[in-house]
Amino acid sequence: MTSEPPTQSPPLTRPSGELEHLAQLYRQMLLIRRVEEESARGYAEGKIGGFLHLYIGQEAVAAGALAALRPDDYVITTYRDHGIALAKGMPPRALLAELFGKVTGCSRGLGGSMHMFDKEHHMLGGYGIVGGHIPLAAGVAFASKYREDGKVTLCFFGEGAVSIGGFHEGLSLAALWKLPIVFICENNEYSMGTPLSRSMSVEDVSLKALGYGMDRDRFFADDVLEVERRVGEAVKRAREQSLPTLIEVRTYRFRGHSMSDPAKYRTQAELDEHKKRDPLHRARTAVLAQGLGDARMEALEKSVEAEVADAVKFANDSPEPTLAELEATTYSGPFAY
Amino acid sequence: MRTLRFREALREAMIEEMERDDRVFLMGEEVGFYQGAYKVSEGMLEKFGTKRVIDTPIAEAGFAGVGVGAAMVGLRPIIEFMTWNFSAVAFDQILNNAAKVRQMSGGQFDCPIVFRGPNASARQVGSQHSHAMEHFYAHVPGLKVVAPAFPADAKGLLKAAIRDDNPVLLMESETLYGVKGEVPDGDQVVELGKATVARPGTDVTIAAYSRMTHVALEAAAVLEKEHISAEVVDLRSLRPLDEGTLVASVERTHRMVVVHEGWPYGGVGAEIADRVQRLAFDALDAPILRVTTLDVPMPYSAKLEAACIPQAERVVATVKRLMARGRA
Repeated sequence: MTSEPPTQSPPLTRPSGELEHLAQLYRQMLLIRRVEEESARGYAEGKIGGFLHLYIGQEAVAAGALAALRPDDYVITTYRDHGIALAKGMPPRALLAELFGKVTGCSRGLGGSMHMFDKEHHMLGGYGIVGGHIPLAAGVAFASKYREDGKVTLCFFGEGAVSIGGFHEGLSLAALWKLPIVFICENNEYSMGTPLSRSMSVEDVSLKALGYGMDRDRFFADDVLEVERRVGEAVKRAREQSLPTLIEVRTYRFRGHSMSDPAKYRTQAELDEHKKRDPLHRARTAVLAQGLGDARMEALEKSVEAEVADAVKFANDSPEPTLAELEATTYSGPFAY
Repeated sequence: MRTLRFREALREAMIEEMERDDRVFLMGEEVGFYQGAYKVSEGMLEKFGTKRVIDTPIAEAGFAGVGVGAAMVGLRPIIEFMTWNFSAVAFDQILNNAAKVRQMSGGQFDCPIVFRGPNASARQVGSQHSHAMEHFYAHVPGLKVVAPAFPADAKGLLKAAIRDDNPVLLMESETLYGVKGEVPDGDQVVELGKATVARPGTDVTIAAYSRMTHVALEAAAVLEKEHISAEVVDLRSLRPLDEGTLVASVERTHRMVVVHEGWPYGGVGAEIADRVQRLAFDALDAPILRVTTLDVPMPYSAKLEAACIPQAERVVATVKRLMARGRA
């Protein structure tokens, strides 16, 4: 159980060659897709409790955006956090064990689906109160500017967060203080069951940046390389000029808001239309078109299957946390009663 | 020993800790160029510059969250609320992020942050500016809450709070900022979670904190003239709460009155009553009584406000009611 997994997640450093790089991004996206499918299975089997918000359909955002970062840059996100955590380098073992409520999970089984933290990989967690983590992200970027450590913070949230105060206060302060941060709104069109047209007075989320004098960008997440390139421009602006950017990435989730959501607010035809432009398939097609070859593709996909299967087994076999975890993790030092 | 005002003692603590540790900074509304809404941070901008004494817009949720994020990656922020009343709009940041991030990350991330500012009633500032917020916050595991009554404790507790690896909330009082007291020279740190006996006595224990410690002492002086010897326990820290000092006192006096601002439903007084009756049931000769702010929003009228806030007269009357119950 404590042995090393048979295969490792790809390193975050960019290898030489466009083909190899794209193959890695495809592998990253596939790993997220497969981990999420196993999460859905684990939920159906009763191994995962509480809320489970899947990232299926949005993989190009996590894989592309995080490819634009250095390993020591910071990432923070909302409760739909599995894909972001994996792309930041969290091992699938730690993620699935967390979902299964095991002490070997990234947050020792105390956080659950919505709270994926990985200090080693500078993954500052997923947060369950919509918009509440956006000021935190500004604070992390504030610390980087204060220490002049050259790090950039990426802060993800959904378009549903754009109406709450935390979004506006976080962006306002980041722009006022010129913080090295990139705010990425993953606009998947639905704030739970409410479409953007019924939750916002404007259709273009990125317009919100104008009021803060902040740079902005807006694009579809169909092509993972395009996501990487566009986020990379904002990361460069943050790193070199210490300026924030608001990016609206237009994406789509193929599953409901959470596992309990049958998604009756949208039509099957709409879902089918989006699945036709599944960024995962697009990346696969692109890798093959660039000449990866069937044999290498098969090996790549098998290695993902093996990594996921190992993580599921690890999560299944791991022990649950004990009561001793509770007080020890609540305070640093003695419990304050 | 020197004599300092309460606000000067707080300022000294911040200056000394900022000189000692460059990860410490002060952030809040009007803390810099304005010199502090209540002049607590007077002169600090000139001393440390805009990098470490940071004026914010009116955005409590925003800058409280900025503090939490900065603390998670290793800085040690002091976040000043112009008053704790305004922390209500930052409650989510304190409750859901500062208090919980350590546990929900499985112990990976500490949050070494201090939130401080004036708390509870001032003078006729009305229903939205007179809250005793400590009761809400002391309820929350993951937080520590302290409420000093004297300049020396204000300095020592703030220094301890800044050095603590947990979120610590320091409750001050606008009405105490001008109060003078002796403050020891040098690097005096007051350990969090320790009460003191502010005045020894034998007949009844009056437990209080912050400004109410002064009200309790005033009541004790009145009671002395009527031959009732009241011991005043100054809690200083509300979470952790010093059960040992409270129990030892009630074992001497056999009676207890708790005095605090804030409403009677739940709260620090109810918590103390619960603990003391459990831990020292046999020592008690009478029920534990509470003197609190009346159970209504704070009125503006000076006369009605005085009637709502605990005054020495109400403490004296409550103690006398308690003494009327003969020893069992």
